[in-house]
Amino acid sequence: MTEHSKIDPRTLLWDVTEFLWHEADILDRKDYDTWLDLWIEDGVYILPIGEGDDYENQLNLCYDNDKMRRMRIDRFKRGFSISSAPAADTIRTVSRIAIESAEGDMITLRAAEHLIEDKFGRQRTWAANLSYRLRKTDGGFKIDRKIARLLNSDGMLNSFSYLF
Amino acid sequence: MSLDEPKFSDLDALYSPDAKVATAMYEDPALFREEMEKIFKRTWVYVAHESEFPDKGSFKLSQVGLDPVIVVRDRKGKIHCMVNRCRHRAATVCEVKKGKTSSFQCPYHGWGYGLDGSLRAVPYPEQYGDDFDKSQHGLLRLRAETYEGMVFATFNEEAEPLVDFLGPEVCRYVSLFMKQGGGFPVKVLGEHQFNVPMNWKVQLENTTDAYHFPVVHKSFMQTLDAQTEDLFAFMDKNEGWVEDLGNGHSIMMMMPDREDLDARLDDPVEPRFEWLAEEIRKEGYSEEQVRKITLAVGGPGFNMNLFPNVSLSLSFFRVLTPVSVDQTNIRHIALGMDGGPAIANQTRLRLHEHFQGPMGFGSPDDAEVWERVQRGTAGGEELPILVNRGIVDEEPGVMGPRGHVSAETGMRAAYSMWKRMMQAEVAP
Repeated sequence: MTEHSKIDPRTLLWDVTEFLWHEADILDRKDYDTWLDLWIEDGVYILPIGEGDDYENQLNLCYDNDKMRRMRIDRFKRGFSISSAPAADTIRTVSRIAIESAEGDMITLRAAEHLIEDKFGRQRTWAANLSYRLRKTDGGFKIDRKIARLLNSDGMLNSFSYLF
Repeated sequence: MSLDEPKFSDLDALYSPDAKVATAMYEDPALFREEMEKIFKRTWVYVAHESEFPDKGSFKLSQVGLDPVIVVRDRKGKIHCMVNRCRHRAATVCEVKKGKTSSFQCPYHGWGYGLDGSLRAVPYPEQYGDDFDKSQHGLLRLRAETYEGMVFATFNEEAEPLVDFLGPEVCRYVSLFMKQGGGFPVKVLGEHQFNVPMNWKVQLENTTDAYHFPVVHKSFMQTLDAQTEDLFAFMDKNEGWVEDLGNGHSIMMMMPDREDLDARLDDPVEPRFEWLAEEIRKEGYSEEQVRKITLAVGGPGFNMNLFPNVSLSLSFFRVLTPVSVDQTNIRHIALGMDGGPAIANQTRLRLHEHFQGPMGFGSPDDAEVWERVQRGTAGGEELPILVNRGIVDEEPGVMGPRGHVSAETGMRAAYSMWKRMMQAEVAP
């Protein structure tokens, strides 16, 4: 922890919890423009497959830079994608938050995500390990990197019309 | 059920001579079981790509219809395929999806099998008596043959050789497809897997169906640069075609000027890949290689559907595995250049992620409409499914009819083969 850190260690767990819950709420409400504003421009959003962490050189479910994130959201919103018109409804909880490090203005943390989707009268359940790199800015936390690793990421999945 | 007297004796009612498919084709569990017996147990089924188990002793798990199988290379590099079931009490002998081993040992009572499936070791064998014949208790073996790195297996000892089943035109196109190695061997880079609540034939119909593309994939098209968008405007250009290649196989040639990537080696690098060419140049590749590799990254301009379970689709393999009458597993296998520039393979991975898989900009929309077909067939059971589009202006091709790029010629090719195989009497 440096002297000029924007991070307050006394309230850090509460601060990041509030942020993660806010993001989960945004994603369940599909308020995607607000979600895009949570990002640092060169941040990357990744859903990897299997154990590997050489994300650039491996096949992922998604590997989104700013441009891909915006295109993905645009696709969800425009109404031409039959799988997103309408998309599945989701309810998720994020918990089991563990802060790994907090240095300068950067925080890395892990969390668990449970998500239930509902479409066509059937429900599917997903679990993911989340890992975040957050930057504390004057305007609050911004996401520098988010990795959502599904518990069965290298197994037989279904298609997703929402984000984890 | 006796297979001598098939329940489905009136195959014309299931797939009519004027190309109408009965609703029962997607809905009837008894028909599904007969398909597994008469098609998936009798023909060549795609199981793996050689690059997925490159070394001696390396293996991968796969499926032939409903049968879980192991595909493996023995100490001499020979490829074997066998059912993943111990001959003693049926436990699977391997649950590691992919790896390297010197043998397979059943975890239940310790029966050990060699890489060719032969039974090597039985703990405490005395209680089986002196006439116990190990050679009769190996893992159930399938025939395995390869073409251009693609590994196929069959339970049918009488099946024609793989290359004859594929036929000369399929073989020619598969070789052209593999030019996307850009001078390097084609290598599997990874795979997307997803289950869709649909009958397997709904997928079988899809890969050479251009008619759906501008509708289902409109939102994908909207995310492309102008040059790529132009490539995908094949419905308006009227240059392509769909052709029956025999034995249920078909090709959809969407971009005829990308049929043979080598024919374009003298062309300048496409503007959309100029940035990539510059990166590859920096790594010291010759200008000729730079052009070859960037062309390869773009991939060839056709989709091919190989009956009954694998498609070669622009830049990837699509493999279907039937699970039940209304459940099918799909794998989208990303391909790259073994030993090629990292930036070229990265670009191919990102292009694959862009369209394919559970979070792609294309596959989820495919999965949605496939599921809609299955849901739709719950109603109006007496109504046929039409695959007659484009019969009116079909012309003779090399091995079968050739139709408009949006014709349903490929589906008719698949259903004709389906009917041929379902007609056959299978010894009880």
